[in-house]
Amino acid sequence: MSAYWKANQRRLAPWIFLAPGLLIFAVYVIVPIFQSMLYSFYDWDGLSDPVWIGTENYVELASDPNMVTSFKNNIIWLVLYMLAVPLGLFIAIFLNQTVRGIRIYKSLFFFPFVISQVVVGLIFSWFYAPGFGLLYKVIEAITGTGVAVLADPDLVTYGIIAAGLWPQVAYVMILYLTGLNNVAPDQVEAARLDGAKGWRMLWYVILPQLRPATFIAVVVTVIGALRSFDLVSIMTSGGPFGSSRVLSYYMFEQALSEYGYRMGYGAAIAVVLFAIMMVFISGFIWKMWRDETER
Amino acid sequence: MVHMKAGAAALVAALLMTTAASAEQRVLKYNADYDPIPLAAMEALIVDFEAANPDVDVQLNNFDHEGYKTAIRNFLTTDAPDLANWYAGNRMAPFVKAGQFQDVTDVWDANGLNDSLGSAAASMTIDGKKWGVPYTYYQWGIYFNKDAYKAAGVDVPAATGVDWATFVSNCEKFKAAGIDCLTTGTKALWPGAGIFDYMSLRTNGYEWHMDLANGKIAWTDPSVKKVFTELGKVQPYVTANHAAIDWQDAAALLVQGKAANYVMGNFAVGVFKEGGMTNDNLGFMAFPEITPGIPRSEDAPTDTIHIPAGAKNVADAKTFLAFVASADAQTKLNAAIGQLPTNKNSTVAADDPFITAGFAMLSSAHALSQFFDRDAPAEMAKAGMEGIQQFLVQPEELDNILARLEQVRGQVYK
Repeated sequence: MSAYWKANQRRLAPWIFLAPGLLIFAVYVIVPIFQSMLYSFYDWDGLSDPVWIGTENYVELASDPNMVTSFKNNIIWLVLYMLAVPLGLFIAIFLNQTVRGIRIYKSLFFFPFVISQVVVGLIFSWFYAPGFGLLYKVIEAITGTGVAVLADPDLVTYGIIAAGLWPQVAYVMILYLTGLNNVAPDQVEAARLDGAKGWRMLWYVILPQLRPATFIAVVVTVIGALRSFDLVSIMTSGGPFGSSRVLSYYMFEQALSEYGYRMGYGAAIAVVLFAIMMVFISGFIWKMWRDETER
Repeated sequence: MVHMKAGAAALVAALLMTTAASAEQRVLKYNADYDPIPLAAMEALIVDFEAANPDVDVQLNNFDHEGYKTAIRNFLTTDAPDLANWYAGNRMAPFVKAGQFQDVTDVWDANGLNDSLGSAAASMTIDGKKWGVPYTYYQWGIYFNKDAYKAAGVDVPAATGVDWATFVSNCEKFKAAGIDCLTTGTKALWPGAGIFDYMSLRTNGYEWHMDLANGKIAWTDPSVKKVFTELGKVQPYVTANHAAIDWQDAAALLVQGKAANYVMGNFAVGVFKEGGMTNDNLGFMAFPEITPGIPRSEDAPTDTIHIPAGAKNVADAKTFLAFVASADAQTKLNAAIGQLPTNKNSTVAADDPFITAGFAMLSSAHALSQFFDRDAPAEMAKAGMEGIQQFLVQPEELDNILARLEQVRGQVYK
């Protein structure tokens, strides 16, 4: 035993250290993924015995108008959430200067990311609230009639995304701020000697050096957009009449909410959401792997 | 060693004491979801029960109201108590069909409950058996602000209410005065279902309404259109942006006189009064008759107590159900929580005009429905309430709404 251990210690030690993490990851992430896939072939209310119905859940999903709405909203989320990247970059560059008290400004800009999404949702609900909300009052003062963003099926998703962007921009900003710390001053100096400034400096000198930060910012923003659950839940509960639903919220509604408990159907939605996420995740992993091997 | 012996002796003694205690008192575990005021009332009732049954120890385990809806699904299958709160009508159907509740028909038969709880009997029955005991319900109806009526120059309705044509024409006058004739807050969907329930009960009657909730009537049927035609008459006068506000926000509009009428349950009276309304300017009336000659039925959501299938102390649980169903217990409990007893031999506080009006209204009703989200299966209820909300915002979409609801009906009632 000890001879074997001595001979293979270097080979075994990493696995021993990895074991707790791998075990937890397997139990709480890997196994549930396959369980969800299995449940998606059942009709199950969580109480009675599950009934095998094959692909019926997926057939129903394909013709479910709520699914279409959720899917469409998810795409709007993905596209508009990407605004967080340029906005965050802009604020980061703006704040990347040395003036008195800059740390206070930086932390104030970072503040929305620190507070809970639930609180962000509540603040924006009040901001939009018909009757007393600030935005409602401002629009009323300008145009004569207020607009209740969260009651309007055409505006509601944009209203929630705006709320989501507030903390997300702050998050991207902090990523870029740390990235900007690592920009090589000698390259900036050299570019300046060559006469680069303004946009050209940003595009050809700064941004290429920020590529790792941009990569992370895009990853967290994509994931943030796809798991946009808390804001929808807090601000509208998917309403009015389901027009602000996204896949993650629809999954919760079907599987776990007061009027749901269709575990199989919820699991089918989860599988679809997982498939969409897999597209992005495998893209990211592929890129990271490529970067690693190139080095 | 000495220490260990002493410890073991203490342990044995402790074990002996607990067995002695449990030999003396049988434990009755009760899981519930009371808000603070009902909780105090039920605790007082449990003290009475334990005084009458000194050999039973009721252990009330109170949950947060919303969390309970999820928790019950877990504890029924894993760690069932002897008693559990739930709701009547189709809301209990999933548990009954999954075999999670016990048949308590014998409690009803042995205690004459079929007579004394007659008004709630139908909503406790599935497959000809009773599955629990109701302990309270409350009326729905129209609460109105008399000051808003005066401000708009509209005659304040008498206690007997107004007819439908008058109600609709009043709405035009309220509109001219800049007051919302009918307010609601449908962010949580269910307040809109209250309006729909009454439109349905008054247009086509209780039996039709229950058939609709049970999936026996197509949503594309002309009779459904009739209900929405009536609803369409007041739709333009419903608070704008109701889809973004909660029912409490709408209650504020009524209190402030910005709205005149509110289709609500009696629990809202507390909110109106907290907002400064009194018995003098807060009025209540039954929902107006729409189709003449249809017997008047009302929404009266009923809260109930059940015995889970996994209960360990069934005998005492049944004693407790019989106790809670009794006229005296219901009088006491409902006086404390400001709701109506389901036992017809109970009495209600004479000094609360809303309680007395509700008691009279419900005891003379043709039938009682539970509420759309308790009468219809969960999935249909959710889709239906969204459809109602959408109609109140976009009445021109009616055909699409009904087609979608019909599609859901095809999936729900298989």
